[in-house]
Amino acid sequence: MALVDVKGVSKRFGGLTAVSDVDLTVNAGEVHCLIGPNGAGKSTLFKLIVGLYPPTKGSIFFDSVDITAERPYARVQRGMSIKMQAPSVFKELPVRQNIQIALQERLSGAERMEEEDRLLALLDLADDSGKLAGALSHGQQQWLEIGMALALQPQLLLLDEPTAGMSPEETHKTGELIKSFNAGGMTVLVVEHDMAFVRQVAQRVTVLHLGKIFARGSLEAILADEKVAEIYLGKTHAH
Amino acid sequence: MLKLLDGPQTLGRGRIFWSGFLAVLAGALIYPLFADSYDVGNFAYFLIWIFMALGLCLMWGYGGMLSFGQTFFFGIAGYGYGVLAINMGGGTATIAALVLSVVIAMIAAGILGYFMIWGGISGIFFGIVTLSATLVLAFFLGQTAGPEWHIGPARLNGFNGMKGMDPLTVGDFDIEGSALYYVMIALIVVVYIALRMLMNSSVGNVIVATRENPQRAEMLGYDVRKYQLLTFVIGSGLAGLSGALYTSWGQFITPSSIGLPAAAMPIVWVAFSGRNDLTATLVGSFLLLFGFQTITVYSQQAALVLMGALLLATVMLAPQGFVLGIGKLVVGWWGRRRRRDEAAALADTARLQSDET
Repeated sequence: MALVDVKGVSKRFGGLTAVSDVDLTVNAGEVHCLIGPNGAGKSTLFKLIVGLYPPTKGSIFFDSVDITAERPYARVQRGMSIKMQAPSVFKELPVRQNIQIALQERLSGAERMEEEDRLLALLDLADDSGKLAGALSHGQQQWLEIGMALALQPQLLLLDEPTAGMSPEETHKTGELIKSFNAGGMTVLVVEHDMAFVRQVAQRVTVLHLGKIFARGSLEAILADEKVAEIYLGKTHAH
Repeated sequence: MLKLLDGPQTLGRGRIFWSGFLAVLAGALIYPLFADSYDVGNFAYFLIWIFMALGLCLMWGYGGMLSFGQTFFFGIAGYGYGVLAINMGGGTATIAALVLSVVIAMIAAGILGYFMIWGGISGIFFGIVTLSATLVLAFFLGQTAGPEWHIGPARLNGFNGMKGMDPLTVGDFDIEGSALYYVMIALIVVVYIALRMLMNSSVGNVIVATRENPQRAEMLGYDVRKYQLLTFVIGSGLAGLSGALYTSWGQFITPSSIGLPAAAMPIVWVAFSGRNDLTATLVGSFLLLFGFQTITVYSQQAALVLMGALLLATVMLAPQGFVLGIGKLVVGWWGRRRRRDEAAALADTARLQSDET
């Protein structure tokens, strides 16, 4: 069953068409990766889904409800949760307070404290819980933001390049975390460049190129597709 | 509920802080017993402005919205109190006039804030729009000298200002002098405690989140516009409370209390004190008002120049505020001393145990 249904969506910035007539379906319970070379429109499509950009054309459905005109907070309240490309945390607030702000609408009192502790331990941030978030390393800030997104217990977790700036070990650990959330029933849509990471987590893959859907299918099918390899090497673009 | 008195958003916590708070409060309560009535009246006057400073601290320091026009709401409530007190006939009705004038200021803040916040105005433009609002109001009130400018029997009176309203009164008892001073102390305690509890609550968490990163706050499911509007309305209501109390204290109000120099003053108090903390703002604003009034006796120009110099010094030397900086130094020093004492006590215990064995 489709959890997210993007129908004929386009986004133009002046004379530039960043996303053109895109259809995308993300099924409930899957890890779906959105890949493509730089400038393919991945992050723009991501921002259209979360509501940061209004589409020029087309509609976006979440759980069969048309959310095209809704603001981002309303989409989050429906069950989406987002981790942005660059770490987007409350840098001047302590790490624990960052998690607390994400949790406080769902839990209170001792239950909230327990969940804060669990998330901080899960993300290896327990020892740094009193530090300002801005004092964490880049990778730790990425995890903190993932923790904040998870704190909402979303139906759909959207991750825009979650491993950017992470070491190979941190990247692998992030992949395992995503797989464990998915095993718990969470649907995950990931925008990612790192093909090793995509291999680790993806169940279905959509390839974007020049703002359009270039290919879609299972991970194996996409990896076997020579044209996908070509656009990553720039051959199709050169022709 | 009492747990909310202490928290990450407010400096000072625990037994020592609250003992100090009670000691200062006790000193303030017995002050009129030892001071002459002129000094008590002056102190009441300084305290009037504290509400506006606390409101700006909430909006600017915690909410990230620099309003350069808190005097707009000060003026609306100040003139509102005058018009209502005159039209309602004075006496106990002045209490209702005080409450209603603050409500009117909050409604005005709700309307102006709605258009600014829903219109996406933020940062420096927020300051420009609010400053423009107060300058327009001051200009408008300045040209109301003619007899046609009246609301019922209340004449607005142009630059000469409005007068003739009663002070706050309960029955036949005018709340002036020491009585007004005690009312101010009670109101400040209530407002300060309420703001501390607000900022250490889940709503306060979202208010600081919207200051830090509004997009992330929205991505956690919060409609940041509603929280910003709430902050703006509360902060402006406090400016209105200052305005209404000012008019009842002096039984007059003029457009000069709404103009540019008056609008700049709360910025100086809060910036100098430390905009990110309520206690620093409370203490710093009181010290500045006391100093300003003392110097004004000799030269008003010198007092204004000193305020300007203080603002420059704050921006260049202590952008987070002098009082807050000193407060953090004291808290840090105290914490280090406690840790050192605890470590020494542990070492002594270990030495005793090893001696015994």
